[in-house]
Amino acid sequence: MAEEMTNPTPAETPAAPKAASAAKPAATAAKPAAAKPAGHAAPKGPPLATLTPELLQLQQQFGESVITPAPYVGVLVNDLSKLRDVMTYVRDQLGFDMLANATAVDYIKEGYIEVVYHPQRSKGGQPITLKVRVPRGKDPVAPTEVAVPSLTPVYAGAEFQEREIYDMYGVRFEGHPDLRRILTWEGFYGWPLRKDWREAYYEGDTKPFDSRWPGGHHELAEERVPWADNVNYPPGFDPLNFTANPDAGLYDSMAAGVPGLDAKSNGHALQPEGIGAAVPVLDRNRNTIADEEELQTDQIIVNMGPQHPSTHGVLRMVVKLDGETVTDLKLVLGYLHRNHEKIGERNTWLHNIPYTDRLDYICGLANELGYVITVEKMMGIKPTERAEYLRVIMAELTRIQSHFWAIGFLLNDLGAFYTPALYFITERDLILDLFESVTGSRLMCNYMRFGGVSRDFTEDQIMHARQLAFDRIPRKIDELEQLLTDNEIIKARTIGVGYLPAERSINYSLTGPCLRAAGVPYDIRRVDPYSIYDRFDFDIPVFYGADVYDRYRVRVAEMRQSLRIVQQALNQLDQTKPGDIQAGKKAYNHRVPAGEAYGRVETPKGELGFYLVSDGGQNPYRYHVRSSSFINLNSLKEMTVGHKVADAVVILGSLDIVLGEVDR
Amino acid sequence: MGLMGTGILKGLGVTLRHFIDTYAEDLKYILNKGGVQQPRPLRRQSPKNRGLVTVEYPRERLPLPENFRYVPFLVYDTEKQDDKCTSCGICAKVCPPQCIWIVRTEDPVTKRPVPQPKEFYIDTTICMNCGYCAEFCPFDAIKMDHDYELSYYPNQEPNARLVHDKARLTKPDTYHAAIHPTDWRRELEDRAAEEAKKKAAAEAKAKADAAKPSPAAAAKSVAKPTAASDAPAQQADAENKSAGE
Repeated sequence: MAEEMTNPTPAETPAAPKAASAAKPAATAAKPAAAKPAGHAAPKGPPLATLTPELLQLQQQFGESVITPAPYVGVLVNDLSKLRDVMTYVRDQLGFDMLANATAVDYIKEGYIEVVYHPQRSKGGQPITLKVRVPRGKDPVAPTEVAVPSLTPVYAGAEFQEREIYDMYGVRFEGHPDLRRILTWEGFYGWPLRKDWREAYYEGDTKPFDSRWPGGHHELAEERVPWADNVNYPPGFDPLNFTANPDAGLYDSMAAGVPGLDAKSNGHALQPEGIGAAVPVLDRNRNTIADEEELQTDQIIVNMGPQHPSTHGVLRMVVKLDGETVTDLKLVLGYLHRNHEKIGERNTWLHNIPYTDRLDYICGLANELGYVITVEKMMGIKPTERAEYLRVIMAELTRIQSHFWAIGFLLNDLGAFYTPALYFITERDLILDLFESVTGSRLMCNYMRFGGVSRDFTEDQIMHARQLAFDRIPRKIDELEQLLTDNEIIKARTIGVGYLPAERSINYSLTGPCLRAAGVPYDIRRVDPYSIYDRFDFDIPVFYGADVYDRYRVRVAEMRQSLRIVQQALNQLDQTKPGDIQAGKKAYNHRVPAGEAYGRVETPKGELGFYLVSDGGQNPYRYHVRSSSFINLNSLKEMTVGHKVADAVVILGSLDIVLGEVDR
Repeated sequence: MGLMGTGILKGLGVTLRHFIDTYAEDLKYILNKGGVQQPRPLRRQSPKNRGLVTVEYPRERLPLPENFRYVPFLVYDTEKQDDKCTSCGICAKVCPPQCIWIVRTEDPVTKRPVPQPKEFYIDTTICMNCGYCAEFCPFDAIKMDHDYELSYYPNQEPNARLVHDKARLTKPDTYHAAIHPTDWRRELEDRAAEEAKKKAAAEAKAKADAAKPSPAAAAKSVAKPTAASDAPAQQADAENKSAGE
């Protein structure tokens, strides 16, 4: 089995053989041994410079099953069957206790799909890169024949990320508890992020499209492909007799073992014999299961959403209820899915900046910052001083307005409809006024550029920012605390609700204010500083309750710290040269040197990462967004089970998700 | 923790303050006997405002900041009576959703491109208002508009379309100057600097030519204006080549 799972691709490659992989065990057993010395001998690229001591240790421990392919970053786990051992070692011995990111890249020419993992330490520092390769397989619409062992037993945070890889690339994961499609619907035909998959109304692999200039007669995409006849349907698909049952798997898995619920009932009707049956009821304090026969409660499945005011957008929570207590919860995502990453791979490097605004549309500027610093890392350029300051001011104001929004709508979820939210939105709007007057738009700012920003602040705008940062917002935060922090109703509703201890939070790859509310001082601005955050004096607020109340308090404290940063940045802005906002010449046709990078920033929601692969061209070869909202949802079930359904709403609100980023 | 209920009372105090603040403007109005100078929308949205913040659109409108951007328009040079656009195609290339379509004019005889667009379309249903076209246009020929009300009643305006053609897109540079005063000033300065440079170069050349006998120099000075007007097109072509690579 071990030999069969081994991927034979040698070390020096991406131009390696068509992975005829699993068929020849004898050859595969020999090859990695031959490959390893080649990997070390190959002088091209920066092979060993990227090898941290941890990776060397890993190589000593696992020998030939981990190798370092020369041209690319990271360590290739050559022996798939060892992956879980390697990862467990990485987690327990090396201390990389959090799976920051997991994604895949389709190397279609080389014939394999590379699954990429970025584990990191919750204590801080750079993540390491580990990869495995699976052959793409001959059938383009079937999942890969070779399965990757699922990492869910090692990192709980891998659950959604592996489902996403399966959904987008068709990589099978052995041992995954619930391997279904996540962003597209069950029954979707094909694997959208594979390089040979084409969307409906496909026009070209990369932008700019040739049809626009010089002979650009306007046409609608619908006219170009009149009957959408470039859409692929499964063989034998008959639209007239097609009945979708996309939720069968979902309801099956939730109804399993519960009398009175089965897939056919779809959760709406109860079987007669189920009524009144004694079922285990989870105790309120979540530690014991009491068989409370006298209550005579039944379990039912209730759909909350996709259109529901408490879900902050089109999110569907399927909850299994026992009375009012949640006993199980599953999420149905993807209602806002537009395959942002595929669009990103069609776009040029520059085109992607305004698209990142649309990820988490509440804090577009923070997303842009994440993308541009990742690309700058690959291009090896540095923005000017003034641009750095402007970026920090904008990103921190974004954090403040996003937290105002988050707290306002958390209160909505608690039942304090709109009064607190509107009080805070006043100040948020003043921040957006600044964004509008500087960048031209309130939300979709499109402000950052590679090596700088698009516009400088004028004197009036600096004055406006100073008024906000030194006077208006501090007063508003005081008022906010006066209004909410001591309120007994809020305390009763939130303290102890949605508890998830630190080690579980880390294992679930929870990031952002929610992780810091569990006592983990993990903030990328501090643990892996980017931009010029190392120049400012600020604290990372940490609370230890790990509940909804402390998530609220962390956000309030963070706003104060962000204000400190904005104030310092505004004071130091005079020392920079006005107008000097772009390093080098302004360009639109960037070429990024071949290679890959994982860059991340601390957005108001958590860690936003960009994993980019360039083949040296005008377009990214791979553009992956590590979305904090999406990955934070991993832990929602564990936070919610055992609470009342009304608390489920509050817990979701405390995670502060934005569906534009969840569904991408 | 203090006495039960004090937190709620404290919060209610905040609500009460907000309630009173909503009348702040009315009180000010009464006390000043109507002597409030600033227009209401501006006042309400300023960082110094207390109380009511809402503006009653469409009866009242917020003044737009100069940088505000909505779908682009083409600038028509009223002085030269000509489109500023040279149909170089850079805007079509930097457009992220690829909503710009341009047909380049060709000389009917030589088949060489003429620096003028024959057709120009912007599909406003696709446009994402990112502003790249205006930012990267080397000729200041395309600018972002302030007109954000694009909807129309098909039965009242049967010819209106959301795909804007050249006629719909073209607006005079006086309009551009009115909504983008700073940008316009910069353009004028740039143009003045360019002309001064050209003039200096011409004078230097004239001086050099003066040393030599005249007929060739006279011919050259006639040829110069056309060469200058061709220059942008050539420059644009060169840039297209580099972009297309």
